[in-house]
Amino acid sequence: MPKSAVTPTRMVLNQLKGRLRTASRGHKLLKDKRDEEMRQFMDIVRRNKVLREKVDKGLSEAFAAMSMASAVMSPEMLEQSLLYARQQIQLDVSHRNIMSVNVPVYAFNSQSPDQSGQLPYGFAQTSGELDDAISRLYAVFEDMLELAQVEKTMQLLAEDIEKTRRRVNALEYVMIPELQENIRYITMKLAENESSTKVRLIKVKEMVLQQAHHYER
Amino acid sequence: MYKIAVIGGPDTVIGFKALGLDTFPVRTGEEARHIFRAITKPDQPDEYAIIYLEENLAEALKGDIARFKDSPSPAVILIPGKDGSLGLGQSALQAAVERAVGANIL
Repeated sequence: MPKSAVTPTRMVLNQLKGRLRTASRGHKLLKDKRDEEMRQFMDIVRRNKVLREKVDKGLSEAFAAMSMASAVMSPEMLEQSLLYARQQIQLDVSHRNIMSVNVPVYAFNSQSPDQSGQLPYGFAQTSGELDDAISRLYAVFEDMLELAQVEKTMQLLAEDIEKTRRRVNALEYVMIPELQENIRYITMKLAENESSTKVRLIKVKEMVLQQAHHYER
Repeated sequence: MYKIAVIGGPDTVIGFKALGLDTFPVRTGEEARHIFRAITKPDQPDEYAIIYLEENLAEALKGDIARFKDSPSPAVILIPGKDGSLGLGQSALQAAVERAVGANIL
């Protein structure tokens, strides 16, 4: 028996058949979408893993270099040298569409007023260790930027995969079986009605014949 | 144009200042949360697209980070602090995988 009350008529039957067609097509499409999303997602996860390790390693090296620098220089001096950045890093964010998920793409441009490199201080009063630390940090920064992009992509994609998966499951295990069940119920009910009508007609015919001709079988 | 923020301990963020990022040195989780909320307010003149957050502050800002997990901007990325990696970045990855696949397959 169907859960919800369906009126066993031909019109409802046609409607249900139409819905079943749509649901099956939607199910197939969503399943394909899920599979493709999953494939992309696994690529991104792998990339993320590699980048994360790279960034972790790079940063810890940079921090080590930085603490070397701070050991040689006085804290005031260190702070003073780094107080004013020579360049401003600005970020350009565009979007890329992965399976209708909008993911950010970052591109940074550093605007340095002159071409004297990235170091925001003069060489006279600072130590070489500081230069080293900054250039290490600069090197790891590009990875960090890509990590940000990949990680955000991963999160957004994960959310969408979850959504798609739920939809696929809802269609596959709830909606489609329910529709099929209802269609079967109506078909059976209609067949039943039809045979009962037939029996009734035969009966009526018999009665009419008997009345008219006193016909006995 | 978007900007990049770094929130972390004073020793951690000082280097990033030289790169031209906006740095916010904090000492406690409380302070970090305050700053995080201030810079993620919707009506900012200049928006931050990426916020790098030192790992050891992540615990204090758990709810705030989760709020931005599903929105395209900003990206909140955990970075290891001066004292080395806590592995929280890896766990974010695992959480995403678990969410997408339904099981941890890594």
